[in-house]
Amino acid sequence: MVMEKHDLVAVEKCPTGIRGLDQITNGGLPKDRPTLVCGGAGSGKTLFAMEFLMHGAIEYGEPGVFMTFEETPQDLAKNFYSLGFDLPEMMSRGLIETDHVSITRSEIEETGEYDLEGLFIRLGAAIDAIGAKRVVLDTIEALFSELPNATILRAELRRLFLWLKGRSVTAIVTGESGDKTLTRYGLEEYVADCVILLDSRITGQIATRRMRIVKYRGAAHGADEYPFLIDEDGISVLPITSLGLDYPVSKERISSGVHRLDAMLGGKGFFQGSTILLSGTAGTGKTSLSATFADSACRRGERCLYFAFEESPRQIIRNMESIGLDLDQWVKKGLLKFHSARPTLYGLEMHLVTFHKVIEAFRPQVFIVDPISNLIDAGTAPEVKSVLTRLIDYLKMKKISSFLTDLTHSGDSPEGTREEISSLIDTWLLLRDIEIKGERNRGLYILKSRGMYHSNQLQEFLITNQGLDLVNIYTGSGEALTGSARAAQEAQERASEMERRHEADRIRRDQERKRKAFEEKIAALRAEFDAESQELDLLAEEEKERQQFVTEEQSKMKELRKGKLAADWEKAPKRKLNGKKKGA
Amino acid sequence: MKRKTENTVAEEFEQSATRLNPEKHVLILYVAGMTPKSTLAIDNVKKFCETNLQGSYELKVIDLYQQPKLAKGSQIIATPTLVRKLPLPLRKLIGDMSDTQRILVGIDLKPGK
Repeated sequence: MVMEKHDLVAVEKCPTGIRGLDQITNGGLPKDRPTLVCGGAGSGKTLFAMEFLMHGAIEYGEPGVFMTFEETPQDLAKNFYSLGFDLPEMMSRGLIETDHVSITRSEIEETGEYDLEGLFIRLGAAIDAIGAKRVVLDTIEALFSELPNATILRAELRRLFLWLKGRSVTAIVTGESGDKTLTRYGLEEYVADCVILLDSRITGQIATRRMRIVKYRGAAHGADEYPFLIDEDGISVLPITSLGLDYPVSKERISSGVHRLDAMLGGKGFFQGSTILLSGTAGTGKTSLSATFADSACRRGERCLYFAFEESPRQIIRNMESIGLDLDQWVKKGLLKFHSARPTLYGLEMHLVTFHKVIEAFRPQVFIVDPISNLIDAGTAPEVKSVLTRLIDYLKMKKISSFLTDLTHSGDSPEGTREEISSLIDTWLLLRDIEIKGERNRGLYILKSRGMYHSNQLQEFLITNQGLDLVNIYTGSGEALTGSARAAQEAQERASEMERRHEADRIRRDQERKRKAFEEKIAALRAEFDAESQELDLLAEEEKERQQFVTEEQSKMKELRKGKLAADWEKAPKRKLNGKKKGA
Repeated sequence: MKRKTENTVAEEFEQSATRLNPEKHVLILYVAGMTPKSTLAIDNVKKFCETNLQGSYELKVIDLYQQPKLAKGSQIIATPTLVRKLPLPLRKLIGDMSDTQRILVGIDLKPGK
């Protein structure tokens, strides 16, 4: 144990250049030691070895020797070419040396003791010719079927691996899987430093390749089975474990494309770089909402990648025209990219790699998968979860807003996904059918939305030829109504409201009339009063005139009489007048 | 050489093959260094040739350490290897050549097994 601990620091790594493998092995294969790569027929052993050599020669400046026991140099060149490597050209540049070891049992007769020094010499010559640092022996086990004496062969192979170590080359030895052992001839006994097992398994008619590091002496390594892929770019290993949770977050908000939905999400829409899940049963408008989101992203000038698992791009574009979305313009401008594939076209891991590849190539800001539930067809729920977890982590790392739709079935609980990814989701919208009075309508609500205020109201989701909209659901008189029932209820409410308004108007008119009548009465009384007052004034005036007249008459009389008598007379009526005044 | 039918071509080939000395054996012994195994093999082959081929043979001994390139060209992996170049077909015998019976079978001087 102590020794191993010590080795742990000492083991130098030789990068393979195979995507993902160096990550699992913390740097690559053990440097200057042989590694056994075993697996069944067609598991990718030769490819593994070829990539190791090619990356070494091109990227790490380590020339390599490819010693093949099975394929002719012509076949080998073809195989390399299929990965985009020009073997003859690399050989002419002195980066790769090949040696095809061909032996036929019928040509060979054993006549006593022998060793494989010839092989050593050949390998040594090849290594020296180009100063190789990497060696591939593919598949050395072929010797077992051609050379009759297994005892000598085993001893010689043991010597070969020691010799390789002595030559300071990092070697890959491939071996065919045996029934119970890792390799048919027990090569793992000799190559004790690192053993990698490649495996291809078929579950539900879909093949998934897996890789496992059985042994890696003196170094910590991932012990899991890692799915890997072989495509036109070679092998990609995908660490099944997530990348981690330390991704950057954004406070920026982006519109969902539906104004009222943004309003429900605190008035601003989704967080940029968040993961949005849209669950809903069939025909609830998931694709329409996805397309609207895509459209709004393109309107902002962002790039949007749309993975369609159910429909072809042309069909989506055509269908979305019916709700007033012209997606074709964005496709033409290069802002929107569709990627359609049947989920069962290839395994889940392949899907993940396709996601990665297309994302790397297109660099979108918005990523839509419609629907993720179809991936279930390509694997089991835990596998889908694993793939989606890695996908979501990757997207978050890249700060890509992702919009995933999930087709739920009427029997399922709406608050769950079959892929069990709800905990990975930041904003979860739910579309559901509302069936009232023989009519089916769509409702939308927000199940959760991390980090923002969001409405708790169920809204009716309308798909119109002008686009999508949300309206408040009628919730008066204790029941929720949608669609025509809501419209009818609203009409009824409007009618009764109008009636009430008319009644009030009528009362107001009555009152007005009464007021007018009252005012008229007041006016009449005032007129009567005024008339009487006028009469009175008139009377006073007349009296005054009469008085004046009397006074004038008396003074006239006084003048006429002109005497004492007259003066005495004047005094007498004065008293008389005073008395009369008192009476009045 | 003109107007040859397929038949005559085949016949001519047969004739020339026999003309090329059917008895003559061209043998190459590949060894790796002058190890005891190598010397034993060389001795054994020489002895064998003297007894069984009596003069109608040509033996060449190649040390692969001296000419490593030849190992690839002649498809040698085991040492010592005795290659019978002629008569055709090509035969390879591996080992220290201590089993004379097997050499006889190996270079078609005795029917095998």
